[in-house]
Amino acid sequence: MGALSLALWTPVLSGLVVLALGQQAQAQRVQRVASWLAALSLLAVLPMAWQFVPGVAGMQLQEQVAWIERFGVYYHLGVDGISFWLIVLTAFTTWVVVLSVGQGVTQRVHQYLGAFLVLSGFMIGVFCALDGLLFYVFFEATLIPMYLIIGVWGGPNRIYAAFKFFLYTLAGSLLMLAAVIYLYNASGGSFNLGVWANLPLSAAEQNALFFAFLAAFAVKVPMWPVHTWLPDVHVEAPTGGSAVLAAIMLKLGAYGFLRFSLPIAPDASQDWAGLMLGLSLVAVIYVGLVALVQTDMKKLVAYSSVAHMGFVTLGFFVFAPLGMSGAVVQMIAHGFVSAAMFLCIGVLYDRTHSRDIAAYGGVVNTMPRFAAFAVLFAMANSGLPGTAGFVGEWMVILAAVKANFWLGLGAATALILGAAYTLWMIKRVMFGAVANAAVAKLTDITGRETLVLALLALAVLAMGVYPKPFTDIIDPSVVELLSHVAKSKLP
Amino acid sequence: MNLFVIYPEIFLLVMACLVALLDLWSQDPLRQRAYLASLMTLAALALWHAILAVNDVQGTAFGGMVVQDTMGSWLKSAASLALLVTLVYAKPYAQSRDMLRGSEMFSLSLLALLGMFVMMTGNHLLLLYLGLELLTLSSYALVALRRDDLNASEAAMKYFVLGAMASGFMLYGMSMMYGATGTLELPALAAQLTLGQADTRVLALGVVFVVAGLAFKLGAVPFHMWVPDVYEGAPTAVTLMLAAAPKLAAFALAMRLLVAGFLPLAMDWQPMLALLAVMSLLVGNLAAIAQRSLKRMLAFSTISHVGFLLLGLVAGVSAQGGAEQAVQAYSASMFYALTYVLTTLATFGVMLLLSREGFESDQLQDFAGLNQRSPWLAAAMAACMFSLAGVPPLVGFYAKFAVLQVVLASHAPWALALVLFALLMSLVGAFYYLRLIKIMYFDPATQTDAPNPGAGARLTLTLNVVAMLALGLLPGGLLAICTQAMVSLLV
Repeated sequence: MGALSLALWTPVLSGLVVLALGQQAQAQRVQRVASWLAALSLLAVLPMAWQFVPGVAGMQLQEQVAWIERFGVYYHLGVDGISFWLIVLTAFTTWVVVLSVGQGVTQRVHQYLGAFLVLSGFMIGVFCALDGLLFYVFFEATLIPMYLIIGVWGGPNRIYAAFKFFLYTLAGSLLMLAAVIYLYNASGGSFNLGVWANLPLSAAEQNALFFAFLAAFAVKVPMWPVHTWLPDVHVEAPTGGSAVLAAIMLKLGAYGFLRFSLPIAPDASQDWAGLMLGLSLVAVIYVGLVALVQTDMKKLVAYSSVAHMGFVTLGFFVFAPLGMSGAVVQMIAHGFVSAAMFLCIGVLYDRTHSRDIAAYGGVVNTMPRFAAFAVLFAMANSGLPGTAGFVGEWMVILAAVKANFWLGLGAATALILGAAYTLWMIKRVMFGAVANAAVAKLTDITGRETLVLALLALAVLAMGVYPKPFTDIIDPSVVELLSHVAKSKLP
Repeated sequence: MNLFVIYPEIFLLVMACLVALLDLWSQDPLRQRAYLASLMTLAALALWHAILAVNDVQGTAFGGMVVQDTMGSWLKSAASLALLVTLVYAKPYAQSRDMLRGSEMFSLSLLALLGMFVMMTGNHLLLLYLGLELLTLSSYALVALRRDDLNASEAAMKYFVLGAMASGFMLYGMSMMYGATGTLELPALAAQLTLGQADTRVLALGVVFVVAGLAFKLGAVPFHMWVPDVYEGAPTAVTLMLAAAPKLAAFALAMRLLVAGFLPLAMDWQPMLALLAVMSLLVGNLAAIAQRSLKRMLAFSTISHVGFLLLGLVAGVSAQGGAEQAVQAYSASMFYALTYVLTTLATFGVMLLLSREGFESDQLQDFAGLNQRSPWLAAAMAACMFSLAGVPPLVGFYAKFAVLQVVLASHAPWALALVLFALLMSLVGAFYYLRLIKIMYFDPATQTDAPNPGAGARLTLTLNVVAMLALGLLPGGLLAICTQAMVSLLV
């Protein structure tokens, strides 16, 4: 068994073990077992990290076994600089989220935590699949646990949110399925992403494929104007669900652009770059403005996620090494920061059962330790230098300015908007006098909550202060991808 | 005379008679002896045919009226197994509903299986018709088995009247084929058609009638009216007898008639099937949304799946593809039929396990909060629903994928439109499958007692679901079997 298979199947099997604990098991015991298994799943990533050679552009640690011979489908895994940190992020976030589950979830804890672990395995599968059908299978399979997480443990309007989540993303990916089948037939019976990347395709074919992939990935990212499902889902999802959704699931879409749209339809990607940049700018600026007027904390962070992911797609379609590396760095950073933001909101929600900004005020007086963490994450969310949020955004803005000054200016306004909506929320929630009796009764974070937030704070600071390990691994693969995209595939 | 070829049929006939006779000396209200004898017969037949199929035994008898080939053997093996599973699920249900006053249920279902065998093995128009009649006559009687039940009697009446008409259609079409070509034997008929001397107007009309008869038996729109009424009215155990194994027989009949017999007329029957498929997908999926009864919902869902199955048959003969494309297309349909039967068995299995004396458990609301009452049954049902919706990594996805792939590979001008339409309809379908999952997982329980089915049924359901999940992970083996079966039929 290869290092990647180990990283992929450990969480899936752990999830099944947790499910098998059954309804009778005590919630606390289930949580302890699940936490250890999630830690084990994170350790299972280590062999991959150990064997990975930084500075190599191509796919490493490849595993290839015939899976469905009739269609020439292979269980084909591999990792390169782009997917390396995403896999680590997935295992890490899952561990943190499993650790964080506290009194918010009391019913059927074994199913809740089992679903997270299985989901984590599927997402790692997406990040290391090198076979088109394998990718699609994992990509779609993630919907099942997430649908249940939202629907069973979500808020009052959870059923609407669960259906919206499932059907919206399914609608997008069905077009991708058509594209995958088309590529299979066109390539003479191969699902190998490498073969597809080198398959000559006419302009019309590339355009059709580009938009079919766009349908799947734009919904998942989500890009404006198909982002409307995200705020609805975030508001209803349980804290852990929101954290995993924002931290990792959104990245599945962005990652899809790098594995499918750009290498398979490079000419179409170049042709439609203007459209993509336009949509990204709208996401960054317009959605940033929308975030400014939210009264619900979760909704605000959800819109902020859309804006941050706009940065990611912006970085992709500038077609410059700096921009694309910055976008990948931004994907990782946003993973840490958004997970932290949602977990912070979860901490408050567990205590007062309100997500309304207006219901708070002066929390710093009753929860000083918590406020310190929350302010740190808010700073990271608004892109303060020294935090993870700064690195990626700065790289993307630099690349954008180089490409076109006005593009860069538009992108840079996001820093202002991001600071505005995040810090304004923090000001209203954290500072000032104690607003009401509920806030006065708040108790500061427990040991477990401190551990969870400290782990994330460590990640955010480490990445902000010393991003070199990230960029060193990401850069070579990005450069190779861009050189591939620069070559026309027209016959 | 090569009687060896029909030994299984003779054995089955003898056993059916024996089971009927056994009853004359039995006072046992549980009909245990007849039950066990039937199970043993079915297990023996399944094994016998699997061995024949694996060894690729081919042969003909009665001057070519009967043919033994790999497709027939695999389908017979699967049908025997399906009936075996059906009987295990059906026994407790029938027991508590006074359906075991005699052992007719067992002998009739064995006779129905004999009819299916003849349909799978016949190579002669009249023989195929006889098989079909044996199957349907036994089915009419099975539906009416609860003779004091008003709904069942009504369903039996409807089924009989409409079924008799459809049989008339088919017989009329067969007589036209005979009139035009002067032969009833399929190979001779195909040879005549290839010569192209027969009157094309008569042939076209004959094909229309045969296809109409087939469409009725499969339950394709617009010949689907009986399906929801009969599914709903018949006792659930009998519904499963109609819904599972006979679908394989209908598929075999379509293969024998259309592919082995009328292949030179493919350009006539393919557009007809395409139209039937489109209408079935549309009506089946849309009508299923409006249902409150699970049995009716599943009936409409069956109609939509028949649409998918027909899509595979539509793609067999195309301008560019030769025998290779035909093998791929028909084997995709066969895979669809087999996996559909497997999933249907589990779906109805859960329903039958949940029903008790005086409680049918056939309304959607009866499943409310099932996850709280019995996580295992809920998980089994959820797996079935995700599979029927075609969400990977469940087996239904690969079935849909295989069919859509062959449709696109046929390079017909309408292929892309057909694929997109089918994808859109499976999105619609996902909604009502998800709704049952919502009812089971998200809604509060209206009943509190945990269902407690017998050990045999529970074990069978477990095996059934495990087989489904295993096929979802490793569908390659069954796909290879289907390909091998079609190679034996066509090459």
